[in-house]
Amino acid sequence: MLSIEASQLKWMYETMVKIRYYEETMVQVYAEGKNPVFNIGAGPVPGEMHLAAGQEPAAVGICAHLTNDDTVTAPHRPHHHAIAKGVDLMKMTAEIFGKETGLGKGKGGHMHLFDPVAKFSCGGIVAAGVPHAVGAALAAKMQGKDYVAVAFIGEGAANAGAFHESLNLAAVWKLPVIVVIEDNAYGISVPKSASTAVPSNDVRGAAYGIPGAYVKDNDPLEMYRVSEEAVARARRGDGPSIIEIETYRYLGHFQGDPEVYRKKTEVPELHQRDPIVRLKNYMLAEGAATDSEISQMEEHAKAEVDAAYQFARDSAYPSPEAALDDVFEPVHTGVTAEVAATGQDS
Amino acid sequence: MNTATKRMLTGSKALSEAIAQEMERDPRVFVMGEDVAGYGGIFGATEGLLNKFGPERVRDTPISETAFIGTAIGAAAEGLRPIAELMFVDFHGVCMDQIYNHMAKIHYMSGGNVKLPMVLMTAVGGGYDDAAQHSQTLYASFGHLPGMKVVAPSTPYDLKGMMTSAIREDNPVVFMFHKALQGLAWMDQIDESIGIVPEESYTVPLDKAKVVREGTDVTIVGVQMMTHAATRAADRLQAEGISAEVIDLRSIAPLDKDTILESVRKTHRLIVVDEDYLSYGMTAEVAAVVAEEALYELEAPIKRLAIPNVPIPYSSVLEKFVLPNADIIYDEVKRIISL
Repeated sequence: MLSIEASQLKWMYETMVKIRYYEETMVQVYAEGKNPVFNIGAGPVPGEMHLAAGQEPAAVGICAHLTNDDTVTAPHRPHHHAIAKGVDLMKMTAEIFGKETGLGKGKGGHMHLFDPVAKFSCGGIVAAGVPHAVGAALAAKMQGKDYVAVAFIGEGAANAGAFHESLNLAAVWKLPVIVVIEDNAYGISVPKSASTAVPSNDVRGAAYGIPGAYVKDNDPLEMYRVSEEAVARARRGDGPSIIEIETYRYLGHFQGDPEVYRKKTEVPELHQRDPIVRLKNYMLAEGAATDSEISQMEEHAKAEVDAAYQFARDSAYPSPEAALDDVFEPVHTGVTAEVAATGQDS
Repeated sequence: MNTATKRMLTGSKALSEAIAQEMERDPRVFVMGEDVAGYGGIFGATEGLLNKFGPERVRDTPISETAFIGTAIGAAAEGLRPIAELMFVDFHGVCMDQIYNHMAKIHYMSGGNVKLPMVLMTAVGGGYDDAAQHSQTLYASFGHLPGMKVVAPSTPYDLKGMMTSAIREDNPVVFMFHKALQGLAWMDQIDESIGIVPEESYTVPLDKAKVVREGTDVTIVGVQMMTHAATRAADRLQAEGISAEVIDLRSIAPLDKDTILESVRKTHRLIVVDEDYLSYGMTAEVAAVVAEEALYELEAPIKRLAIPNVPIPYSSVLEKFVLPNADIIYDEVKRIISL
């Protein structure tokens, strides 16, 4: 008997395929206009590009347990989290293209995606999203809701002050927040062994009196199981926890990264243990899906991604002067003119 | 109601009353920071709130400014209306990423889709021998960065009215209160720290400077303690037949250019006084506005008075030397009037 429901396995599989195909498509699109000379500002998708091919298990394993009312914050490499959380793929892609139909009307870009409908946000400052998730968790608790918040970070971020301060605060206030650390082995170029005083960050939970779990070998099924417990714990009011997952970064830190810090054989070896292939084989072996269902899911995922890219390409750029809009929300109507009280001068 | 307007309050009591009234009015409003609960805030801004509203809505935090300001951002994004107190503005150094990379930019980067209705309340100012890490105002440091409204009220009346507006505002507001204007028993007692404050709730706009004294010969622009210093200088000048107009900026960002320009077009002379550093500061911004938009109205060069680009020193004699005061303003007015 399956320990995970077939519907959940199928959702995870289709979402992982969608993420992988999204990132692989982005590799191609990002390269447009950047050959033969790489210019970071050229092409339909300019700027830095951090892709998450290979890191799908972290995102789907926990997002499978989240609802639309739960909040996710993500770092600079956010596409897999956004897709797994159900961010509007068309608006997200348009944002990455800098179009006016984008989530932020072209003001944010790939590292700064905000979808309040899906309750998703991300940002380009390492570890800075952790306290935002703590804030969402605090809001849930204060409003008597059983919503949880998940902050995704990389293993490098677990050495930043924001991570430690936030976990301490979340533990003191017993807030429903889970920090998922994606250990993709490198903080840009620096290996974990050179940056982190402990072999795995789950043990750092002890510093805050909270549980930590470590998921080995980029395993989506184990990530699902560990997350199930962490999310349930948060929902029932037992407080925060940490999950670290060993994951694979197939691509460079950013597109254009010469990757001089790792052996040429490393990524091909990681591909041998690809989590999408492993999940597919598992589902077929366990009878959770048939070959034709697998094919259908793959086609469906790819069609959705293709449509999103097409929407982004077809969308218009914002008018240049729109750069001046959206700094502030219009003044609240509750603020009335100064009361003409006598003696207002002291 | 009229009798209520005769009531005198200190700055800190005016502030805590504004917060209490808004917490009563709106259950989404809550307060967090270091020592804001049982202690009532080191500078009294949250005094009495814990007893009224309890520990869920008046939260002492660990000494983790990054965590709790970031938490306020996350809670505001969910629709709550947090007030986070950064105990001293000088402590911004440990948490500025949350303030200017997140609080100030998320609304813009989201294309206006994420609102952050929050107040970052912080104590500013020196003059009491607390040295370089606890005495700054840093008005300009915050005013420079887009995406935050930055206010610095000078009177108990404005402290209450502007805090009420700040809490109701849908944008992040950096609310700077001056320690010396809180009326605290353990500091020098100054008259301006006590004033008439109506008991009922009222608002004061966050974007309007105020002419606190009308005059015709020279405009003196200041904020908080320097507004009061300017007013005292104006009293002395009055006795000598010199009529100085004093503008209290109240808002650092946005800057109320109209009130400044209107005044300069009347007086044709300008002195800008600041309890912040001189270079790249508020005085430079005000001077630039006037130079760009009303240069030919001027009959004398603009004069800027501010801290002369040194950290705030500890010893009283040293600190007094670097802070502008009423005597210096008086002398400068006399000088530029004679030009």
